[in-house]
Amino acid sequence: MSETIVSLPDQETASIPKMNYLSKENGLLSWLLTSDHKRIAILYLISISFFFFIGGSLAALIRLELLTPQSDLMATDTYNKVFSMHGIVMVFFFLVPSVPATLGNFFLPMMLGAKDLALPKVNLLSWYLYMVAGVLALYSMAAGGVDTGWTFTTPLSTHYVNTHVITTGMAIFVAGFSSIFTGLNFIVTIHKMRAPGMTWFRMPLFIWAHYAASILMVLGTPVLAIALVLVVLERTVGIGVFDPAKGGDPLLFQHLFWFYSHPAVYIMILPGMGVISEVISTFSRKRVFGYTAVAFSSVAIAVFGFFVWAHHMFIMGISSYSVLVFSLLTMLVAVPSAIKIFNWAFTLYKGSITFETPMLYAFGFMGLFTIGGMTGVFLGTSGTDIHLTETYFIVAHFHFVMVGGMLMAFLAGLHFWWPKMTGRMYPEKISQLAALITFIGFNFTFFPQFILGTLGMPRRYASYPAEFQVLNVLSTAGASILGVGYLLPVFYLLWSLKYGAIAGENPWQATGLEWQTQSPPLTENFTEIPVMDHEAYDYEWLERQKEKEVPSVG
Amino acid sequence: MSDSTVITYDAQAGEEHEHPSYQRHHFETIGQQNDATNFAMWLFLLTEIMFFGGLFTAYLIYRNWYYPAFVAASHQLDIFWGGLNTLLLITSSFTMAMGVWSAEMRKQGALVLCLTLTFVLGLGFLGIKTIEYREKFEKHHVPGLHYSVQSFTNPASDPEIEREYRDKPLPPDMATHTELYFFLYFAMTGMHALHMIIGICILGFMIVRARAGAYTGGHLAFVENFGLYWHFVDIVWIFLFPLLYLISRHQ
Repeated sequence: MSETIVSLPDQETASIPKMNYLSKENGLLSWLLTSDHKRIAILYLISISFFFFIGGSLAALIRLELLTPQSDLMATDTYNKVFSMHGIVMVFFFLVPSVPATLGNFFLPMMLGAKDLALPKVNLLSWYLYMVAGVLALYSMAAGGVDTGWTFTTPLSTHYVNTHVITTGMAIFVAGFSSIFTGLNFIVTIHKMRAPGMTWFRMPLFIWAHYAASILMVLGTPVLAIALVLVVLERTVGIGVFDPAKGGDPLLFQHLFWFYSHPAVYIMILPGMGVISEVISTFSRKRVFGYTAVAFSSVAIAVFGFFVWAHHMFIMGISSYSVLVFSLLTMLVAVPSAIKIFNWAFTLYKGSITFETPMLYAFGFMGLFTIGGMTGVFLGTSGTDIHLTETYFIVAHFHFVMVGGMLMAFLAGLHFWWPKMTGRMYPEKISQLAALITFIGFNFTFFPQFILGTLGMPRRYASYPAEFQVLNVLSTAGASILGVGYLLPVFYLLWSLKYGAIAGENPWQATGLEWQTQSPPLTENFTEIPVMDHEAYDYEWLERQKEKEVPSVG
Repeated sequence: MSDSTVITYDAQAGEEHEHPSYQRHHFETIGQQNDATNFAMWLFLLTEIMFFGGLFTAYLIYRNWYYPAFVAASHQLDIFWGGLNTLLLITSSFTMAMGVWSAEMRKQGALVLCLTLTFVLGLGFLGIKTIEYREKFEKHHVPGLHYSVQSFTNPASDPEIEREYRDKPLPPDMATHTELYFFLYFAMTGMHALHMIIGICILGFMIVRARAGAYTGGHLAFVENFGLYWHFVDIVWIFLFPLLYLISRHQ
């Protein structure tokens, strides 16, 4: 059994294809006015990395403050602003667009065998909206920040704080439209742009996951938009719709907000699950076990995801019957999530597993997401939720799913498709090390927070009782390891742009259509529109293809 | 390098010369392009439904909670103006549909006429809306802006409404909730008017292009999709009019 499946062309003779989407045109304008989905994906990749490092720096400040029990690094008000901006930047400017707008944008048309997304100009518009939103958010941060938390809880956000709620709210409003346009574009593309022979059940699971996430984006985001418009109106004109003094109800805001923001966590995680399906299949050389079940579980998550939002409101005075129903529905979401995890595990069973970096990240995802998901059941049970909500348990749960799950999936996907996007391999050894460091650092950072939460340490405070210090120091130390894990890829990926080995068409011997064309791809992806004549993840088909190629090359 | 690219594209264009010029490069057939843009428009309208849905939810909840306030406040709306506006809007949907038909039949003159009529009817709707808003402003019924509950705690101060509906005075705490009704009225009709303004701007653009013969050469996807948008805005009003004006008329 070989240790790696990587097969690179002969480095002496190989070269990057002269004509590709990167070299087609040059100059800043050719990027800013492009309608090529691959170039827009690169623009997004640069922008979301930038916001990730802003959000990451804010996280570092939070962990530094929490190193000691007293509030000593910054004033408590500043701390409130720091964790609010950390949440806003990470959720709306990193997690929501992370995989869909970069990897999805780049590979969704290629996997379908299309030349571009259905609406290329709308795609570019969505990037511009994202940038406008990003600039607005940065402006509000520079002008003094916002301290409501990322949830804009009323009446705090409407009546009591005098920070930049309006600017930030507008920033998220605009970012929401960017996300709507991405989702809309994906749905239309999946319905209308599939290559001949690409039936629904021949699509890679990456596409299914994006389809489900897009439904959530299209149906959920407008509700957040209207909720934010109402908050802004309440603040500026005092309309009273969330103001009990005028007969309004702050709980209405919670319903509207979580109607989007709970499905939003599935917008964040589903594309990540799509990446994991691709990676697990490629590096165990097997078709994903239970393809149909995994495909439908994505859709099931999207559907169930719309009916669980009130589990964020168990302690807010909703009726006990609502609690009962929403608790049950919350448990139900665990079923499709578990279907995915089990099917990936069965895919590994008797597969020819190799341990390249994407696979290491995928393993990280499976372990951490499972812990994150299981702890979600604690929070979905109303009895334990009353004890655990608003404590560090929730912070740990959320970060296990979002950082341990989504970010691992993003890095898995980025490494997996890096050769296709740039034409060059990333350095294998150091990136395996980075994956390991990330995993270790992550567990040190967030596992202690589960314990802190059960002990009763509340979230969103700059100071805490001295007895919690040991675990907090552990968490901060872990965060610094995690920081190293995230910085390493920046350096070696940039290095690889110039010095990485030439990847060739299909370094992983993967089956997706995106791998059956040159790397980096041509502007319109394929020289002729491919015809899909086999199931997804059909490794035997790939073998036959290679056999056919031999005479023509020889 | 760029030269070679150009050659490739020329070669491609030569090979597929039967494609009309308005077909975008990434679509295989014009049918696929029309299907895709049409489907995208329907999806966009779906997001619009969700967007308005938040406001409709708020309306339903508060109407149930503060029923007397909502009844009394809705008596302040003028059914004549509201009805006339409904008529204008339905007519404009008809002229819009005729516009799409004219574009299909490649009748340039008829298309320009229909679009212009739609444009004028849309402006008429907004004009009447202004008259209505102005009346609310004069009566201090604009929430957050010197809002006054006098018409509801003391209906006799509003003789016209008093004559027609004979409302009983509301207790002060219920009367304050009329502000919520007027907020929802302004938010919902305002959001609707915003969509009308956007629509009218696009109509203006389309009239200029239609005069240049842009949509009567067989490629009318833009007119069709705009038609969908215009009908959607109309349908929103078809829900707003009964909910805000009519539903409490006989109570």
